[in-house]
Amino acid sequence: MLSKTGVPTREQVESVKPDRERLARGPVAVIECFQQIPCDPCYTACSRGAIQPFADINDLPRIDFGKCNGCGLCVAYCPGLAVFVVDETYSETEALVRIPWEFLNRPEAGQKAPGLNREGKEVALVTVKRVQPSPSKNGAYILWLAVPKELAFEVRSIPVK
Amino acid sequence: MYKTEILVVGGGPAGLAAALAAAEQGAEVTLADRNSDLGGQLVKQTHMFFGSKGQYASERGISIAKILKEKAAATGKIRILTGATVTGYYEDKKVTIEAGDKFFPVEPQRVIFATGAQENTLIFPGCDLPGIYGAGAVQTLMNLHGVKPGNRVAMVGAGNIGVIVSYQLLQAGVEVAAIIEAAPRIGGYYVHAAKVRRLGVPILTSHTVIKAHGNHCLEKITIAELDEKRQVMAGSERDLEVDVLCVSVGLSPLAELLFQAGCRMGYVPELGGFVPFRDDCLETSVAGIYVAGDAAGIGEASAAMVQGRIAGLAAAASLGYGKDTFLEKVTEAGRELTGLHGGPTGEKIRTGLAKLTLLAKEAV
Ligand SMILES: Cc1cc2nc3c(=O)[nH]c(=O)nc-3n(C[C@H](O)[C@H](O)[C@H](O)COP(=O)(O)OP(=O)(O)OC[C@H]3O[C@@H](n4cnc5c(N)ncnc54)[C@H](O)[C@@H]3O)c2cc1C
Ligand code: SF4
Ligand code: SF4
Repeated sequence: MLSKTGVPTREQVESVKPDRERLARGPVAVIECFQQIPCDPCYTACSRGAIQPFADINDLPRIDFGKCNGCGLCVAYCPGLAVFVVDETYSETEALVRIPWEFLNRPEAGQKAPGLNREGKEVALVTVKRVQPSPSKNGAYILWLAVPKELAFEVRSIPVK
Repeated sequence: MYKTEILVVGGGPAGLAAALAAAEQGAEVTLADRNSDLGGQLVKQTHMFFGSKGQYASERGISIAKILKEKAAATGKIRILTGATVTGYYEDKKVTIEAGDKFFPVEPQRVIFATGAQENTLIFPGCDLPGIYGAGAVQTLMNLHGVKPGNRVAMVGAGNIGVIVSYQLLQAGVEVAAIIEAAPRIGGYYVHAAKVRRLGVPILTSHTVIKAHGNHCLEKITIAELDEKRQVMAGSERDLEVDVLCVSVGLSPLAELLFQAGCRMGYVPELGGFVPFRDDCLETSVAGIYVAGDAAGIGEASAAMVQGRIAGLAAAASLGYGKDTFLEKVTEAGRELTGLHGGPTGEKIRTGLAKLTLLAKEAV
């Protein structure tokens, strides 16, 4: 359970997943933020109005997947590192998952790495496709990982070392 | 005699915001901090902050410190004294400062105490072994001085500081063996917990450290699981080999100067310990003395900045500065503060503030 282990439940993960139809249309943001905290930069970061205005700063973020084009700005500005972009249209067998990365040791594009799930367990071998300097220009990066399509909602990191 | 209209003690987010707000209203301000640089806790916080745009959310703590310092300098109305420790508040309303080899009295018309907090410690067998630190101390070592504290760390406490410092240890290339938390739930924001968890760091709620072992320095710790009554479950003990143990079990407001100034104080565990009674503008029971930030009750930098702004505006207005804009500005700040403390994670603070109000009423 999230409050005991830091790992969200399957139901929580399912509740923020775009539907099949939207996933078939290309990259889209997935916001894994399940606790009401005083925070709203995901909303201010989104220039397409896909993230709904916060009536109360403690609201959970709500996203209109129809308006989201997967630009990834919210990935860069979320201080909780809780937003990912998933693109299931990447190839026949693989999806692209974008994750925020704040470590000095950066992988290089083309490199293979173990794909870790939300518990830090290795669940796949993934390929780093792109190492993008974060649009927030704060020293962070965004890693574009090619992962087996069925694991697009499982892989959320690679190891630090 | 060094005279100043408003003396702000402490240059963390609360003190900087207080000095800025007062100076922008036209008051003449002196800002004293015992550290060699302004910023308080912010100077070692390399992570992006929560909050909203008004409180510089998404910026890293270190960048917020820089922004506030630049703004303070730009006003041209704030005298900044660094390496300057305020050592006492006297009956004749004078304050003494020790700065380098100088020791001098200051005569301020108003004082805003924004002294922040200090880390709590944990007592258990072996807790004095070298290698056992406060989490904040480790953060200072790593992020300010570039010193790696060790190779394999255990963190006690899964509040925001515990999980954030664990993440920063990973960033520094240190292995984090586990985060150990006595409560049955993680106290920090779950997004922070999730980001260390997905890098493989176990978070052991309902666990505690019962002993530290080592000849000359820390070599291993014994941890154990706790039952619902927070008693060690027999047979659950196990050892973790670590060379560093970080203790992150809460902060206590630095309140000595407030006591000395004669401010009426109340003990409120939810706010971290002894805190002064104060009104909505953060003026204490002693007229002309204000409080802001962690010294007023442990919270977050975002709220500390808003409180600082309120105290700064009020202190300036009481001297006749910015009276026409005061009401509008302080109402807006009050709204921000209510918002920040409004959600489920603000419940502890709300309870604490309610208790403090009650204590203050009883004291009258
Ligand atoms: C690891 C960690 C992570 C955090 N993460 C966040 C976060 O993500 N978001 C958030 O909003 N908050 C966060 N916080 C909390 C935040 O840092 C504090 O709430 C905030 O710094 C409090 O501000 P302050 O100005 O009251 O105190 P401080 O920042 O502690 O500043 C107090 C200043 O007063 C000075 N001082 C004290 N006594 C004297 C004296 N006698 N004379 C002169 N100077 C004195 C000190 O040197 C210090 O510079 C975090 C804290 C920690 C430790
Ligand atoms: S990915 Fe871009 S468009 Fe989609 S929610 Fe995030 S910022 Fe908005
Ligand atoms: S910015 Fe991130 S942590 Fe903050 S509300 Fe949005 S998703 Fe949650």
